[in-house]
Amino acid sequence: MSIELDFPAVLERWPNFVGGAILTLELAFFATVSGALLGTLAAVGRGTHSRLIARICKVYVEAIRNTPLLVQIFLVYFGLASIGLKLSAFTVAVVALTINVGAYTAEIMRAGFEAIPRGQIEAAEGLALTRFQIYWHIILLPAVEKVYPALTSQFVLLMLASSVCSQISAEELTAVANYIQSDTYRAFETYIIVAVLYILLSLVMRAGFWGLGLVLFPRRRQLGTPL
Amino acid sequence: MQQTASPTPIVSLRDVQKSFGSLKVLDGVSFAVERGEVLAIIGRSGSGKSTALRCIDRFEKVDGGEIIVCGRRVDLPDIDLRALRQDVGIVFQSYNLFPHLTIEQNITLAPCSVKRMGLSEAKALARKVLAQVGLEEKVHAYPEQLSGGQQQRAAIARSLAMQPKVMLFDEVTSALDPELTGEVLKVIEQLAADGMTMVMVTHEMGFARSIADRIVFMHRGKVHETGPASILTAPTTPELVQFVGTGNLKS
Repeated sequence: MSIELDFPAVLERWPNFVGGAILTLELAFFATVSGALLGTLAAVGRGTHSRLIARICKVYVEAIRNTPLLVQIFLVYFGLASIGLKLSAFTVAVVALTINVGAYTAEIMRAGFEAIPRGQIEAAEGLALTRFQIYWHIILLPAVEKVYPALTSQFVLLMLASSVCSQISAEELTAVANYIQSDTYRAFETYIIVAVLYILLSLVMRAGFWGLGLVLFPRRRQLGTPL
Repeated sequence: MQQTASPTPIVSLRDVQKSFGSLKVLDGVSFAVERGEVLAIIGRSGSGKSTALRCIDRFEKVDGGEIIVCGRRVDLPDIDLRALRQDVGIVFQSYNLFPHLTIEQNITLAPCSVKRMGLSEAKALARKVLAQVGLEEKVHAYPEQLSGGQQQRAAIARSLAMQPKVMLFDEVTSALDPELTGEVLKVIEQLAADGMTMVMVTHEMGFARSIADRIVFMHRGKVHETGPASILTAPTTPELVQFVGTGNLKS
């Protein structure tokens, strides 16, 4: 049994691959930013004194963590359509991915919040800072710092999982690949190229998070402590 | 500059009660601190001395009794906590500096965000309070680059920057070796000489004797014996005799 690979036949479609890769990065970028925000709010919500808010946040996190991403995407896609909201596949994908990664972010951030020693908060209270100021200045950044590796891995995973959005015809990398392979009948070559492109995208994201870490945690930079 | 004859005390506790579950920690505690006075609270572990101190800054809510700090009823539920804590500075055993901020940022944070002070003014203030504790050269260092004694002095400076009317010290040298303890105590001594009103929970009997205007000896949730520092050398109750006799009194 021998395999004949014909990469040039597939590679001549490179503008489509590049377009798909860029769209995947855009999906990941928007979902990461809004998912980080949503997840942080949900983590704060789970720690509030309001039982109702804490319960809502818990139900959200558990519902998302125990259902498949594809089902969530379909729910958002058909759900928004059935209430008359006509959104592009890209927008639907960003919304669905945000909701998904928000739940995982909430769990990671909760671990980060819990790792902040009680004494830090007492010291801040003793200095008359408001609750919001304490969260903003004392809790948030050190909490993110403690869980930064877990957090960034989750966002890279999100980028990889966004391939599922091909199912609602968002024109991201996997959707482009499906299209090219059905056009060229060169499925193996197509997906090898796609796999390499995903690896490159992961490396790009990890480099981005590394740079962001240098900005967010100047103490690490100054003292040379690795994250 | 002592003004012990001031009419209303800065801090006063009257018949304060506090329980953790079924454990009665404070059982009718009363004492008062006048302006410029240094009060040392001593006693065994579990005698309620730290709890009494923390009630002053309302880190513990009391079950009964009355606490007045700088004219505010701290025991009432509608207390303006932030106003209270601008008047009261507290320093903890574990320093609790913010690890992600430089010493300067640790100090300027509260004046800038609570008192809305401008950054350059706050930085000048940071230098002033750091000079007071002898740490000017550490202004841009991070807490983890400092020794325990230096961290505790920085924590004192951070409190001073809010210009409190009274300072609370909760066993601030208990985590330090004797040498580092000495440098922290020197700072507190200077504060006392400058007329700062202070309440300190301490295990340093020699220090309490030399600096405190008054001693409160707590035993089983009650103020068991109180008086001038001389009660440490001439205790009247058997419990205090035993407490200072167990090798606690060393200078």
